[in-house]
Formats: sequence, structure tokens, C-alpha cells
Amino acid sequence: MFPEIWRHLFKKRATVLYPFERLKVPKDLRGKPVFDEKKCALKCKGACAIDCPAKAIVMEKIDEKGSRPIFLLDRCTFCGQCAESCPFGAITLSEEFELAQYDRKSLVSKQW
Amino acid sequence: MSVSIPIGPQHPALKEPTHLMVTLDGERIVDIDMRLGYNHRGIEKGAELRNYIQNIYLTERICGICNVAHTSTFCQGVEELLGLEVPKRGLFIRTLLCELNRIHSHLLWLGVAGHEVGFDTLFMYSWRDREIVMDLIELISGNRVNIAINAIGGVRRDISDDMRPQILQGISQLEARSQYYLEVASTEVTFVRRTQGVGKLPKEKAIELCAVGPYARASGVDYDARRDDPFAAYPYLDFKVITSDRCDVLGTAIVRVLEIMESCRMCRQIIEELPPGEIKAKAPRKVPPGEVVSKTEAPRGELIHYIRSNGSDRPERLKVRTPTLADIPSVLYSLRGGYIADIPIVFAAIDPCMACMDRVILLDNDSGKTKRMTTWEELREYGIRWYANKKG
Repeated sequence: MFPEIWRHLFKKRATVLYPFERLKVPKDLRGKPVFDEKKCALKCKGACAIDCPAKAIVMEKIDEKGSRPIFLLDRCTFCGQCAESCPFGAITLSEEFELAQYDRKSLVSKQW
Repeated sequence: MSVSIPIGPQHPALKEPTHLMVTLDGERIVDIDMRLGYNHRGIEKGAELRNYIQNIYLTERICGICNVAHTSTFCQGVEELLGLEVPKRGLFIRTLLCELNRIHSHLLWLGVAGHEVGFDTLFMYSWRDREIVMDLIELISGNRVNIAINAIGGVRRDISDDMRPQILQGISQLEARSQYYLEVASTEVTFVRRTQGVGKLPKEKAIELCAVGPYARASGVDYDARRDDPFAAYPYLDFKVITSDRCDVLGTAIVRVLEIMESCRMCRQIIEELPPGEIKAKAPRKVPPGEVVSKTEAPRGELIHYIRSNGSDRPERLKVRTPTLADIPSVLYSLRGGYIADIPIVFAAIDPCMACMDRVILLDNDSGKTKRMTTWEELREYGIRWYANKKG
């Protein structure tokens, strides 16, 4: 016991003083979905919305050409299935994970 | 004279809601009965309303600690129905994550067991070492729990070469720490006195009451679904199945710590022998009709999924049998004749996960009898009576 106590007297503090210091997140952390409207072809019938397990994508009709997705971040589980199902690669998951807001309406993410 | 007291569903000693009706004579337990159903979420019904891809994420959330086992079992079953062959690299990565999940679960159990006997220092130490495993899992898959690495036809993410040194270093750290826990579990007087000779389950009773997992292996039952019914990449790995003939709670602790060390060795073998190639085979969305029983070894024991498909992109029936449900009759047997103060640690020896195992139970107050099984005719009569009462 005493060697243990002696060792712990000289150890560095393990706590990270968040939000002034932050831990480094690994590459490819699954964070907020990012939508690239140039790649979205509009004409698929919403492959991202069909496969979302949490029903967090709602398709909004633009005109008769097709529809684009709106992400409901309060339902999203950040699984990444929408990025895999999109046949044109228009959705990627970024590394942003600090997404808390004060009210639910600010979590509706329309990125076009 | 004997007294009956209820323990639960809300109780500070229990981690999850469950109801035990204990009949006591002084401090000795004469009889014990259990009632389930407090954590039932309707996942089997929910699986019928979602397509196969959404079901991967639903089965993952049956249990947070054995999530890789649930997705592996489900994806394996669907791949069998589709007749799909998973590429070898995909199988190896899936197995690597199964083993990392097993290390995670056993370290968590060690902490919970320490907490139940009052040894909170062991709880803090083992949960600190669990952070090493969770950091490795986050590096490989992008999330710490609920990792969603499996897809139908393989895995979704690859292991790149610059991840390897970090994984190997983490595994060496875990091996050193689990050697330390082996010494603590077998020689530390406070832990040994609470767990030695407690919750005895002889080998014949374990086989008769169908115990599974490390709990049965601590009673000498030599069965492990990784060796006897191999799945994923286990035919290519060499490992030992750990059994012990102590038949008590200390045996389960030793079996689990030794399994952590075996899993570290297996992870190292997987990283060194990882074959090149594809990680995923393309899977069609519609599954031809058929039925399949898929079995794997979750950290707690043998896990079975039954899937029936009817040609569309949604399953017709999914049934899940988790290892905790199979261990309940054995733990109730081993509690009889013990002291009431030993209930938390003996119950924790099976590594209970109520969320995994819950079932709908039927309370029939009108007939006044306690039954264990219900036939179709009785269920139909109950339904007719219930609707008649509701309308009239």
C-alpha cells in the first residue's frame, strides 16, 4: 500500500480541464452528418431516409425534380448508415460532437 | 417459522429492476422465487417493422455491453439465409472486435463484483483499465459503446497499418493488468472470504439446469461455442477453454480473469495474421424465404437468434434467447440454503443483464394459480375473457 501511495503523490493530474483543454479525438470519429448538395442527385427516392434506423432524416420536396434530406439531430444516433446508403456519397460524418443546444428546434439541421 | 420478504423491483442492491420473493428462516434462505418483465421493451416486435439494415442497429441496442455479439449473431444469420460468403479479412476484424468486447465485459464484471462485496477499490481500478479497451474500440470503430462495426456481408471499417502499434501496445498493457487482477482475485483475503464456498453449483446440477457461459465453466462444464460450434474466424485461431472445478463464485471470478488473458492472446494473433483483401461482400436487400438459427458465444454465454424471412426486405420473426435467461434457474438453485447477505454477489456471478433477457409475463389473477407455462388454448381463453371484461 505504501509504495502505491508514494507513487500517487507524484503523478500528473488525470483530469482534463474541459472546456479549456480538450482531449484529442481519434480520426474518423462518427460525429455530425455533413451534407454536400452538389453531390446529391435529387432523384433517388431518399435512400438515406429509408435506411436510417432512428427515422432522423426527413426528405423535403424541392420541385418536381426530387427531394433533399433534412437531418433531425435530436434523433440521430451517429451510426453512419446514411453515409453508406447514399449512392452518390453526398453525406459524410464529421468529427464534430459538441452539439448541445438549449431548445429542440435548433437541432434541425438543413444544410442547403 | 418462515417469513417471506420481497426484494425489488426498486432496491439499492440491484442494478436493474427484478423482483425476488425470498422465504427466510432466520438469516438462511429457504426458498426463492423470481419475477421478470420489468425491462421488457418489445424489440422482437419492433424488428418486424424495420428492414434488415435497420435491424442491425436495433439488435445492437438489446444490450450495451454485448452489442458486438448481438450484431454478429444477427448478421451471421442473415448471411446464412442469403447464402453469402463473407471475405476472410472481414471475419477476422469481426472476431477482433468480439474479443475486445469480451475483455471489456469481463473487466466491467470484475468491477461490479468488487462493488457487490464492498471492495470499491477493485471497482475503481478495473473500470480505469476498461478505459484502455474503450479507447482501442473507439480507434477502430469510431464509437466507444454501440460500435456498429458489423454490416450484412462483412464489416464496415478497416484496420489501417498505423493503428497496429497502438492496438498492440494497449493489449500488452491489458495483459499486465489482468495478471495483477488474477493475484488480487485469488489471494486478497477480503475478496476470497466473501466469495469462497458461496453460491455452490455442482456440475451435475449445472448440466441439468442448462447453465451457460463462464458460470457453467466455473462448475466444470466444458462447453464453449467458440470451440465446439465455431463461427467467424475462430476455426483459424488457437485458444484454450478455461474451466475450473471450484463450483462457487470465486471460480467464476478466476475463470473470467483467465479468459481476459486468453482474449488478449487471441487479439494479438488476429492482428499478426490479418489476411489482406476485401472487408465486405455486397448483400441484396430482399432475403429469400427461409429460417435460420444462429449461435455465437457472447461474453456472458451462448447467444441464439432465430430469424424467419418471407421474401421481402423485413424479417417475419426474430427471436432472441440471451444467456442470462438460461442461467436464472441455476442461480435460484444455488441461492437456496445460503445467507440473505450473499444474494447480491451470487446474483452478480452470472453477470445478469435484465435488459437482454426480459420476456412478457402473464399475470392471471382470476384463476388464482401460479403457473410456469401457458398453452395456446389457455392463452386464447385468457384473451377472450380479457376482451369480454373490457367491453362489458
